[in-house]
Order: sequence, then C-alpha cells, then structure tokens
Amino acid sequence: MAKAAESSGDPGTTSPRPLFAGLSDISISQDIPVEGEITIPMRSHIREFDSSTLNESVQNTIMRDLKAVGKKFMHVLYPRKSNTLLRDWDLWGPLILCVTLALMLQRSSVDSEKDGGPQFAEVFVIVWFGAVTITLNSKLLGGNISFFQSLCVLGYCILPLTVAMLVCRLVLLAEPGPINFMVRLFVVIVMFAWSIVASTAFLADSQPPNRKALAIYPVFLFYFVISWMILTFTPQ
Amino acid sequence: MATPAAPAGGARSGAGPEWGGFEENIQGGGSAVIDMENMDDTSGSSFEDMGELHQRLREEEVDAEAAVAEEEDGEFLGMKGFKGQLSRQVADQMWQAGKRQASRAFSLYANIDILRPYFDVEPAQVRSRLLESMIPIKMVNFPQKIAGELYGPLMLVFTLVAILLHGMKTSDTIIREGTLMGTAIGTCFGYWLGVSSFIYFLAYLCNAQITMLQMLALLGYGLFGHCIVLFITYNIHLHALFFLFWLLVGGLSTLRMVAVLVSRTVGPTQRLLLCGTLAALHMVFLLYLHFAYHKVVEGILDTLEGPNIPPMQRVPRDIPAVLPAARLSATVLNATAKAVAVTLQSH
Repeated sequence: MAKAAESSGDPGTTSPRPLFAGLSDISISQDIPVEGEITIPMRSHIREFDSSTLNESVQNTIMRDLKAVGKKFMHVLYPRKSNTLLRDWDLWGPLILCVTLALMLQRSSVDSEKDGGPQFAEVFVIVWFGAVTITLNSKLLGGNISFFQSLCVLGYCILPLTVAMLVCRLVLLAEPGPINFMVRLFVVIVMFAWSIVASTAFLADSQPPNRKALAIYPVFLFYFVISWMILTFTPQ
Repeated sequence: MATPAAPAGGARSGAGPEWGGFEENIQGGGSAVIDMENMDDTSGSSFEDMGELHQRLREEEVDAEAAVAEEEDGEFLGMKGFKGQLSRQVADQMWQAGKRQASRAFSLYANIDILRPYFDVEPAQVRSRLLESMIPIKMVNFPQKIAGELYGPLMLVFTLVAILLHGMKTSDTIIREGTLMGTAIGTCFGYWLGVSSFIYFLAYLCNAQITMLQMLALLGYGLFGHCIVLFITYNIHLHALFFLFWLLVGGLSTLRMVAVLVSRTVGPTQRLLLCGTLAALHMVFLLYLHFAYHKVVEGILDTLEGPNIPPMQRVPRDIPAVLPAARLSATVLNATAKAVAVTLQSH
C-alpha cells in the first residue's frame, strides 16, 4: 500500500534533479517496519552501558573501581612507559593516598603547645595545590597533557611515599638512635627517587623534548616537600 | 534496501548550502574537542523523516478508504517520530549554544594562555640567567636588558619555600595557630609580590623605565642568592659564616639588581631612593629569614586568642655547630625519651 508516486523528472536526463526527487523512487513494502527510533548504534550502546552501571549492585561498582585503582597502583610500583594512567585517569587513587598520608602525618592535637606538625588540612592542601601548580606549569611550558590526567599521575605517584610513611611509623616503634634515623632516611630517599622516576615515566612524554627538565623540577620540589614532612615526623 | 540509502546519501551530499550551517551547528564549531555524542546524524534522519512524512501524506490522498484507519496510525507515528526528532534537535541546539556561551565565558576569565608567553624558556636560558643574577654589570648609561619571564622566578620562590621549611623543621620552629607551610608560602610569595609591587610603585614615582613583569622577574632572580645562602647556613650554623655569605652573596645579587635599576633611572635623587629602598629590603629580608626561623617563634597570631593565653615567649636556642643528622637524632632521642617517660608516668 505504500506505493510511491511516479517521479516527475525523467530519470534519464542529465539536468540537475530537484532535491526530493530521489525519494520518490523509494518503494516501501508493507512488512518492513518504518517506524521506530532512529538512533546511532554507538549512542544506543552508550545508553545501554550507562543504564547497566546504574542498575548493577553497589558491590559490583565498588569492586570495579577498586580493581581499576589497584591496577594503577601496580603500574606505579613497576613504572614502565605506558599509557594506562593517562588513558583512563581517575582521582580515587590519589584521594585514598592523600587521605591516608594526611591521617598518618597528623599529630595528636592534645598537646597543643608542641603543635607545629602538619595537620590534616595542611597535608591535603599541599598535595592538591601542589599538584595543581605543577599541572599548570607543565601546561604553560607547552605540554599536551590534560589537567586531570596530570593530577591523576601526580597523585598516584605519591604511593611510594605513603609506603615510606608506613615503614617509618613501624621503624619509629622500635628503639631510637642514629640507626633508626639512618634507616628512615634511607627508606625515604629510596621512595622519593622511586616517586620521581615513576612520575617522569608517565609525564615526560607529554612535554616538548627539550623542556623536560623544566617540567620535572617542580615535581622534584613537590615530592621533596612531602618526603621532608614524612622524614621529620615524630609522634609525640 | 540499497535504494533508500542511495537517495538519502545523495540528498545528504547535495544538501550543501541550505543545510551547511545546520550541520556546522550540530558539530560544535567552536570547541577543540569533538564530542562523538554530538556528531548527530539527525540532519540526515530528519531529512528522511520529512521525506517519509511527505510520502505518507501523498499516500493518504491516493488511498482514501484504507488510509483512514491507517492514516491515523501512520500520521500518529509519523508525527510522533517527527516531533520527537525535532524536539531532540532543538534540545541539542540549545545545549550547544549553552555550552558555547559557558566555554566562552570560561576562556575569557580563566585563560591561562595569557601567561603562556612568559613561560617560553629553555633550560639553558634559565641556567644562564641564574648565573647572571649574581654578576653585577657596570653599564649604567644604557638600559640593561631584563628577561621578562616568570618560570625562573616562580621556581626560585618555590625553592625558597622548600628551603625555609627545611630550616624551620631543623630548628624546631613552633608556630601556634598557624602552620609551617602556610607561613613559609606566605612569607616568600608575600615578599616576591609585595616588594615587587612596592618597588614598581616607587619606580613609577621616580620615572624609571621598568614594567611590572620585568620587576617581578628581576626580584625573582634576585632570590637565587637568598636560596644559596639559606641552604648553606641552615645546615651549618655558624653565625660568622652566615654574615660572610650575607655580605658576599646577598651583596652581589643586590648589586646586580641595583645596577639594572640605575641604568634605567635618570637623576641622582631618584636613583638613590629607588636603589636604596631595594637594597635595604633585600638585605634585611635575608637577615630576617635566617634569624626568625632559628628561634622558637610564638606567632603574633597568639594575641588573637585572647587574654587567657600567656604573652609571647621567646626562648632562644643555642644551636651548636654540628651536622644535621646528629641533631635530628638528638631530637628524636629527646622526643622518644619524653614519650617513654610520659607513658611510664601514666602507668
């Protein structure tokens, strides 16, 4: 029943055909459905993906995110030149690390006279504003890395220093002395170097080749400040 | 079903001038990121829809009787499809327009590209400028060249912050109601920005030829001397050594800045005023940095607490000239002994 009317133009002429002329050649038979939503396959795929993550259980979501974070931790601990941290960046890992570090670095505020150590908010602010500053600097120097990718990398590369903090706390439980200090110094220096190597492996490729040193120096200062806070931490 | 595809394709490609602007809108002309979600094929689809609608209306005229029942269905579906498509397009266009406006406002106010030319440096240039900041040049008849960049000064200020932190930690500076980090950052950035502005203001009064950017760069590079002196003397605590370095290194970097300013100012009074102020501030700042963070400083923020807090107590500490490792271990020993004593007492 959906029979098309004849086209007014002669099909064989070489004159330019009017705009809608070709449509009259369509013959739509009855049993082929012409109604329905016209969607692009990719778009419908995305929609389907979204609704499926909304409907899944909370445990699934959390496990998926934790696995992603854990995978990135592995990439930081064994730094190779790879794109994983950059490609699917997330800020969960940096948040977990920053909160852990800030909690461990916090002095007990009972004895307020000796209150000179970093408080939670201080460490938090240092880490995040330091990372923001380094990102802005690398962007201004001509790097082609996005803001959040850089934050992600810098945050994840705090992992070695968090491990150093844990080790230092454990070492501080033992008997004090110059050996104690030497052990802590050695651990912090090694972890500091590890952080710098890890972040260089990820960030260096995004900088123009002759300016890598200019972009890495603030990273060095940033991790130096954090290492110094870890090394001079003494629980009262 | 190749037939509908071909004319649709032909129609799309032949759609040039009429639909060209429409397609551009859809694909978001201003943004640098091409969002795949917004690359909608609805231009072609709405075309097909319209063609379908035309066709259905034509069919209604041909087949009146059977088309009555089906006309309602067909028209209903066609209209619904058409309206749905149209509303989606309208929504899409509104989203694009809103996004464009927001990104324009953002790029106007938060454009870091304004600062981009000041960070256009090479490592070799930074190194040479750092070394030159310690070498005064005695050419005063012709304005000396000042590199207008901000990377070097900014990095030097941050380095000074790090060194200051190190110094405060090793001397057990205690700041009440404040934080070490906050104090260090506030001091260094406050000096750099504040004194630069003040000297720029004086330069404006004294008719000197220097811009704000140049002043920031000049003073920033002048902090290189401070960094060196403090780095050495926070670790080796001999007062005589500090005074020697203060005069030598501090003096050199001050002389360099003074020479540059003199070359850009006319008139002896103006030169004296400008350069005297800068020299005084620069040298005194180094003195302040060394001595203020070597003692226990119960900050002025104390007085904000109220009357029930005891007034400022200065407890000068004699720091022997030993290596920092032993010093820190002594601190650790003391702290641990104290902690042990407290625990033993509480039991």
